[in-house]
Amino acid sequence: MPTVVYGGQSYECGEQSVLDCLTAQGVPIPSSCRSGSCQTCLMRAIKGSVPEKAKAGLKPTLAAQNYFLPCSCYPEENIEIVLPAEGMGKIEATVASVEYLNADILGIKLHPSKPLTYKAGQFINFFRDAATARSYSLASVPALDHELYLNVRKVPSGLVSGWIFSNLKAGDTVTISEAAGDCFYVPGKPGQNILLIGTGSGLAPLYGIIRDALLNGHTGQISLYHGSYNADGFYLVKELQKLEQYHSNFRYTPCVSEGEAQKDYAQGMVLDIALADNPDLSGWRIFLCGNPDMVNAAKRETFFAGASMNDIYADPF
Amino acid sequence: MSLYTEIGGEPAVNAAVDIFYRKVLKDDRIKHFFDGVDMGKQASKQKAFLTMAFGGPHNYTGEDMRKGHAHLVAKGLNDSHFNAVMENLGATLTELNVPGHLIAQAAAIAESTRKDVLGK
Ligand SMILES: Cc1cc2nc3c(=O)[nH]c(=O)nc-3n(C[C@H](O)[C@H](O)[C@H](O)COP(=O)(O)OP(=O)(O)OC[C@H]3O[C@@H](n4cnc5c(N)ncnc54)[C@H](O)[C@@H]3O)c2cc1C
Ligand code: HEM
Repeated sequence: MPTVVYGGQSYECGEQSVLDCLTAQGVPIPSSCRSGSCQTCLMRAIKGSVPEKAKAGLKPTLAAQNYFLPCSCYPEENIEIVLPAEGMGKIEATVASVEYLNADILGIKLHPSKPLTYKAGQFINFFRDAATARSYSLASVPALDHELYLNVRKVPSGLVSGWIFSNLKAGDTVTISEAAGDCFYVPGKPGQNILLIGTGSGLAPLYGIIRDALLNGHTGQISLYHGSYNADGFYLVKELQKLEQYHSNFRYTPCVSEGEAQKDYAQGMVLDIALADNPDLSGWRIFLCGNPDMVNAAKRETFFAGASMNDIYADPF
Repeated sequence: MSLYTEIGGEPAVNAAVDIFYRKVLKDDRIKHFFDGVDMGKQASKQKAFLTMAFGGPHNYTGEDMRKGHAHLVAKGLNDSHFNAVMENLGATLTELNVPGHLIAQAAAIAESTRKDVLGK
């Protein structure tokens, strides 16, 4: 009979669902509908795999990371499972380079001490010290880049970003976590159109996702809108223009929200411009990263414009 | 055949959830009850609601419905809001071309929760 390991203990579930089995033993797992729709009891398998039925209705990015619903899980093999927030191990990394991408954003390349499994667009936690960590998104693509690539924006009097700006240099050893997050490209549906909207360093995950999609031979339109107050806020511009030259299905639109209209930039709020260009988003996949007000408004507006909730991926920060 | 099977099971719920949730979020009478919560998580709860209304598998009791909506009752949830949700449910199923007699059955299931949802 398959066993289920959770929190260092083994359980035999018999005819019960994993959720019923754990809760019957007094293990506190948050739950609500207990029948596979509300997703409150979400867990992740870190060893072994669960039957497909236990992943029904989950977002593709969650399913791809072995998330499942224990209420609908009747395991057929031994599994080890964790709650979503657990299971992010720590590793050491060496800083390979630090460079200014613009006045407020640093590009940081890290060389992890052991291979890190991740998807472009996920994030790692960066530890300033054992008790102080912040999340930074991965702009690198595992198959294309040797190093992890972060874009860190300077937050006024920010504890960790401020420390990074004043202290971090090539050669330093730092502690980071394993990667997590569900804002990334899942192969399949290569013809689906993709809309990406970001502000500031919200470009970091999007830059990774775009290159990952292109690497996977995505054929649908891939439209990136990067918003900034003024033209000084743009970065990775040459790289993005180059991608545009090589891939006819990729379009890069930098948008400035303040000041006079200028050549090469769309003028206005990034979300308004993206929606005006693409009023019908039925069937599209959407990625939204950066300023929380923009991201939250964009979730609602892209949903109203026809995108399915399951196709909207967002990291507000 | 059960109502849930006749309506089309989980794929039908998936087709309905976006349409239903869009209507709810655009409905000035009730949208404020859905403010300030993660839209993705909320969409899963809408799915639980629809599964229930479609007569699908669920383990919610009347007591769960009472507890689950008590914080909304405290914010003024009343019959007029309940009616608005019923209206959006009906309009969603009509849009999906669900036959009238099945819509009526789904409506009856949702209606049967009124007292609990409204904490009466
Ligand atoms: C999933 C995820 C991915 C992220 N990816 C990135 C990334 O790729 N690049 C990146 O630069 N950041 C990213 N962030 C944000 C990052 O984790 C930190 O929140 C940010 O660097 C601020 O941390 P701090 O310690 O410097 O500032 P804190 O010491 O935490 O904050 C300092 C002060 O600034 C305010 N503040 C905090 N955040 C902001 C903000 N965004 N804008 C304005 N004021 C703020 C606080 O309220 C506080 O008063 C991400 C966050 C998440 C959750
Ligand atoms: C018509 C009958 C109704 C039924 C059968 C019903 C059913 C449900 C179900 C099953 C959930 C998910 C509970 C969970 O798993 O956490 C839920 C949550 C919710 N319902 Fe209802 N509901 C009804 C009416 C309403 C009405 C009238 C409103 C407000 C206008 C409403 C607002 C909400 C909200 C906001 C939540 C999410 C609560 C939270 O996550 O904090 N519901 N409902």
